[in-house]
Amino acid sequence: MRYAETGFDLEIDLSRGSIEKVATDPDLAELYLGGQGSAAKMLFERVPPETDAFSPDNLLIFSAGLLHGTPVPAANRTAVNTISPQTNLMSHSLFGGFFGPELKYAGYDKIVIRGKAPDLVYLYIHNDKVEIRDATHLRGKGCTETGDLLKKELKDQQIQVAAIGLAGENRVYMASIDHNHASAARGVGVVMGDKRLKAIAVRGTKDLNIAKPAELFELSQKLHQRIGESDDNGDWMAVDEDDSFHHNHFAWGNARTRIKNYWSDELQERWKNWKYDHMDRQTGCYNCPKKCRNVIKWPGRPRFAYKCFGKDTYHMAAFLELDFSYEILGVAQEYGVDSYSTPQVIAFALELLEAGILTDKDFPDMPGDSRGRFFYLLEKIVRREGIGDILADSVSHAAKRIGNGAEAYDHNTTKKFEQLPIKLGKVNPAYFLMIATGEKMSITQIEGSFPQDPLPTKEEREAFVSKWEAVPDEKFKRYFLEWEKRNDMSDQATCDIVDWNEAMHYIDDSIGLCGFVSSFRGQFGGGVAYHMNNIPQLISLATGMEMDKEKLWKAFQRIRTLVRAVNVRRGLRRKDERPPEDHWAVRDEASEQELLSKYYEFKGWNHEGIPTRQTLERLDLAYVADDLEQRGILAVGEKRSARAPAAEAVKI
Amino acid sequence: MAGPTTRTVKEIKVDIDKCTGCRACEMACSAYHAQPRYSSINPAKSRIRVVTDELNDEYVPIRAGDYTRAECSGRHVYTINGKEYSECSFCRASCPSREYFIEPDSGLPMKCDMCESVPALDEPMCVKVCVADALIYVEREVEREEKPQPTRGQIEFGLESLVGQFGMEAVIESLVKMSKAREH
Repeated sequence: MRYAETGFDLEIDLSRGSIEKVATDPDLAELYLGGQGSAAKMLFERVPPETDAFSPDNLLIFSAGLLHGTPVPAANRTAVNTISPQTNLMSHSLFGGFFGPELKYAGYDKIVIRGKAPDLVYLYIHNDKVEIRDATHLRGKGCTETGDLLKKELKDQQIQVAAIGLAGENRVYMASIDHNHASAARGVGVVMGDKRLKAIAVRGTKDLNIAKPAELFELSQKLHQRIGESDDNGDWMAVDEDDSFHHNHFAWGNARTRIKNYWSDELQERWKNWKYDHMDRQTGCYNCPKKCRNVIKWPGRPRFAYKCFGKDTYHMAAFLELDFSYEILGVAQEYGVDSYSTPQVIAFALELLEAGILTDKDFPDMPGDSRGRFFYLLEKIVRREGIGDILADSVSHAAKRIGNGAEAYDHNTTKKFEQLPIKLGKVNPAYFLMIATGEKMSITQIEGSFPQDPLPTKEEREAFVSKWEAVPDEKFKRYFLEWEKRNDMSDQATCDIVDWNEAMHYIDDSIGLCGFVSSFRGQFGGGVAYHMNNIPQLISLATGMEMDKEKLWKAFQRIRTLVRAVNVRRGLRRKDERPPEDHWAVRDEASEQELLSKYYEFKGWNHEGIPTRQTLERLDLAYVADDLEQRGILAVGEKRSARAPAAEAVKI
Repeated sequence: MAGPTTRTVKEIKVDIDKCTGCRACEMACSAYHAQPRYSSINPAKSRIRVVTDELNDEYVPIRAGDYTRAECSGRHVYTINGKEYSECSFCRASCPSREYFIEPDSGLPMKCDMCESVPALDEPMCVKVCVADALIYVEREVEREEKPQPTRGQIEFGLESLVGQFGMEAVIESLVKMSKAREH
């Protein structure tokens, strides 16, 4: 019997209209865990690098995490992976809520979608009954609205729906997939739309079996209580009204302007009133004691929910206040657009207008005020009308299409993806590496275990490390104790810290845990519920596999290296691994490149950032090495370390 | 009969404003009632369900009550704080109009047993896991009221109306039949 996993994937071919239930190899869970880990393996094996994101051969994979559906609290984030048309790399996307666990109860670990439907369809899964159904009546419907209509149509209020809105239907690159007020961003909604798949509705009523049930239940209940009571877990921004951090430190507009003393008590009071006058409640995701999402009903606009920095992006891009975000977020969520990248695209367009690169003729009948302009451009983008058709391709692609100097205004992307609007003074070496080499595109998906800043006194640092359960190795306590200035950290420590930060995300995204109780949250306070010291036991109790810290760490390295292999095969090289040039004001190219080389070497990658055969074999990825050699990406018998320059540039 | 006796009424107080919709109660209920205990998880087998409607901001935990063979003939729609709730949102019946509280494998109705077990839990599992305090367990002692014995006059009044409707003969015949049936 399989435990924690169902042992089956659902394979859907939308071109042929075929549906298959495929048994999976039980050994794969030990190597790739599940979720994004096993999805990366599928993308490596089944989507050759020549395949375009808009090809019917591109896969769109919805993965439940390994621990979804078990009693382990906060295991509910579904991974969506595909090849993104924006980056031409593997898309990393997650959404919270109830979808992954429901999929498990329906009897599947993954839904793998290939092909393209001739017209808009939706997928209905009710245990073993799976149907591809006509969705032309849902064309143009909002994301939550679609969920509501499908529940009525299928006469079952308990169905979980993931849907795209108008943006996805129109193949907007910033399109998201939405479910239960949670959004899967970063390049997946566009592919779902391209496949003409409007929604997936899942209902599951099957048992999920647990290997060591009583022990896992007891441990899970302790974690549940602990997370519920702990201020070190969950999104404190849901309850903390002081949001001076983002407003005083992050950049406004097209990631340009810092307003250092923006926040005030008077403003906080006003915003707090807007919030509580319009907030229905705070909600949580499946089996999680936290309530991170604020549900807001703004007059005349659709009800929506937000989490974390998502409430700031629109008004900061528009130089407005919170009431504007509350007004536009419900509309944007129903259209299904990513709230991180979309406001930047709009602010970028308005900057081009100001600079004269675009003119009034490109914006017919656009209102004069910022609020009106954002609504106007949102409508143009989701419909791909006029200038919106170009902007819908995201900042980098739009800049190229517009030309005439527009590229200079594309200043905040890495690997063609919009980064958080952060502009700082001195380079922080760990952040340099994370933004440069990250393949999850947003820093929020990479940072998170080691604190962002040192504590000022030795006593405070000692007190912090004395209760720091989450460290995978004592050396991290030493690094923290000795750390006095943010930018002053040895290269070795920097590599180790980045590695740990990455490790937790790669593990979470494979087993399905939420970053707010794990990978993202430890950096604030250190008292995070999940870490390398307790996750192995949870995996063992749930699945029956033998798991320990070393084995789990190796699984992280394996998955991380495999994701890199997917991307280097698609052309990712050292030259692409550059944070935005103005991310920090003071730069030193030579020392940055030196650090990057050391990091590649630390990871067992060559000078171009390509994993070596030796590294791949150590991680049971010899098949990857064979493939990279056959394609001429790795030289046969290559043993060069990262610090020796490559004899010749590798081209594919 | 001796003096007035008391009995314990077990109640779960539900504060729907506090419900976050996380459904931890469903998870825990299904685990607790799995055979063997905790061996599988399946919210569809839970005896508590959170009736959820995101668009309407509706989150109502209901526990399985009695089985009913038929749908009700007409329903109320309640407006509470400006939000419309169907009567079904509060109804605990295992009923043919919906899938709640019907065991998915057997099709049999399920009913909440307040987790009565040996050894006894201090409170039902759903309440234990509800850290939002949307579910609060309360035990209340209530006096068992003695039912008053029917008076002779009441019986005669009832019989007279039957005699008026069906005739004395028919009533006597029925009484004889009933008493004979009881002897057997």
